[in-house]
Amino acid sequence: MKHLLCSISLVAVLATPGLAEVSQIKIDGSSTVFPITEAVAEEFRSVNREARITIGVSGTGGGFKKFCAGEIDIANASRPIKASEVKQCVAKGVHYIELPVAYDGIAVVVHPKNDWVNALTVQELKKIWEPEAQGQVMRWSQIRPGFPDREIHLFGPGVDSGTFDYFTEAIVGKSAASRGDFTASENDNVLVQGISTDLNALGFFGVAYYEFNKDRLKLVPIDDENDANGKGPIAPEYDKVLKGDYQPLSRPIFIYIRKESAARPVVKQFIRFYMENGGFLSKDVGYIALPEAAYRLAWTRFEKQKTGSIFGGEGAQIGVNVEALLKKEGR
Amino acid sequence: MQNRQAMRTRKWNQWRDRLFSLLGLSVTTLGVVVLLALLVDVFMDGFARLDFDFLTHFPSRRPERAGIYAAWVGTLWIAVLTAAMAFPIGVAAATYLEEYARKNWLTDLIEINIANLAGVPSIIYGLLGLGIFVRWMDLERSILAGGMTLALLVLPIVILSSRESLRTVPSSIREASYALGASKWQTIRNQVLPAAMPGILTGAILAISRALGETAPLITIGALTYVAFLPKNPIGSEFPFFNLDGLMDPFSVLPIQIFNWVSRPQKGFAINAAAAIIVLLFITFVMNGIAVYLRHRSQKKVRW
Repeated sequence: MKHLLCSISLVAVLATPGLAEVSQIKIDGSSTVFPITEAVAEEFRSVNREARITIGVSGTGGGFKKFCAGEIDIANASRPIKASEVKQCVAKGVHYIELPVAYDGIAVVVHPKNDWVNALTVQELKKIWEPEAQGQVMRWSQIRPGFPDREIHLFGPGVDSGTFDYFTEAIVGKSAASRGDFTASENDNVLVQGISTDLNALGFFGVAYYEFNKDRLKLVPIDDENDANGKGPIAPEYDKVLKGDYQPLSRPIFIYIRKESAARPVVKQFIRFYMENGGFLSKDVGYIALPEAAYRLAWTRFEKQKTGSIFGGEGAQIGVNVEALLKKEGR
Repeated sequence: MQNRQAMRTRKWNQWRDRLFSLLGLSVTTLGVVVLLALLVDVFMDGFARLDFDFLTHFPSRRPERAGIYAAWVGTLWIAVLTAAMAFPIGVAAATYLEEYARKNWLTDLIEINIANLAGVPSIIYGLLGLGIFVRWMDLERSILAGGMTLALLVLPIVILSSRESLRTVPSSIREASYALGASKWQTIRNQVLPAAMPGILTGAILAISRALGETAPLITIGALTYVAFLPKNPIGSEFPFFNLDGLMDPFSVLPIQIFNWVSRPQKGFAINAAAAIIVLLFITFVMNGIAVYLRHRSQKKVRW
């Protein structure tokens, strides 16, 4: 009983609001953006030892939920903010500054011994993944005449991931519209494992997972049949993604900073460090850095405290060139 | 003729007997073999990675530089806190239900609820913790909120196992104590609880080592993946040499760090995850070892 009373009074004492940590930066959100922000936070320790940075991983949607409730300072996001989330933020009076931090390419891969697929078109990918394909498109031969008459086994990220949202938007034309009969996993390493041990497999995930497993997978170049951004099939190689040629499967990823927090010196110092070093650090963890100019433009955007989304709060958009967008807005 | 028939049946029965014991043996070893295979696999992957730096470094983007300092310290905090809350409340509740409570609809209701709560999936406790501790009591994503959530999670198990071991104390002991003029509380305090203690402790420690492996409820209440500082040290150099400020600090735990590492593309992180699993296993084994020791010690103490 004594213990019980003790713990109750303890809770009462601790529940009274304490002193706000001036040096604290709370970050949460996408698991895709996490490695970059983690790298920046790690290096930031050499500049500012006092800063207490914490990063959680609750997904882009989960991150925005906390962000718009005013619980965190920065949200990691693998897609731009959606209309429904904008509404939540407005309701709570949370204004935000949106900064792009890197590009992520989505790699389409098959088993390394697969000798029939050397490239796929967006139309063919659509034929495979659209909702109507469920239970219908089950063999490679249905995709292109000349492909062998073998079963096709599909692998993809779970339906809660931003990668899945983006892929379906880019390929099928509608976010989250996909067949359901594929092997889904929230852990991309499980997908790598699955595809690398199944000759009939086809799957997709973030390009970093291909980069670190090159010996076990075969990359499939994608042809969007639009010659304006490069002729023929294009693989998500570094400069192809950077130039915006790897369409439609490359996308910018972001951080969102609460305007109130942006006024704090430690946050300002952190964002400045992020924009100065985000390029080589995102490369280091397997992503594609934005062009130098884009980071400069983004920093200007932060300095001017420009709030709102350059995407107008409509969520994922396909074929986006961050630099051009920032420039257009800066004018 | 009849004799032969009987012989045959007996032989058949003996065969069946042997067959069944063989089956029993194989299912028993199955679990052990699977566990051993997992352990060997993890040790082969991770043992070489274990060193002092691994235990004293914070997370990093480079697998070779990354460590589990914040994670294991967080796990330790959570373990102590969960035990400090779940144990007294659990034992008190069990004692009340076993020794004091009258049998009526209310205690029936409580009993059914506790039994049901023991089977509720852990993520539900996470949601409860998020709603009550994090949001409503405004404890934020602190160690205290995490500890309280896990304490709730293990409480039904502690209560059930404590009741079980209170029940094993023979009623003749209680009657003898009354006969010597002891009051009800004196009887419970001096006879029943000490006699039941080995069982209570075993149940409680096993429940807490289960809580140490939980990821889902802690992720739900918002335990972090990257923390590059430790909670404030509870042992201070100034009077009163002790402070609990650390309770309100953000934290990470080993299962979350492991979960994050296994989903990273670099192979080095998979090795780190294996090494972190070894550390987690070590902590669990130590806890179980303490349970065995305590049971052994308090068994020796009880003499009637």
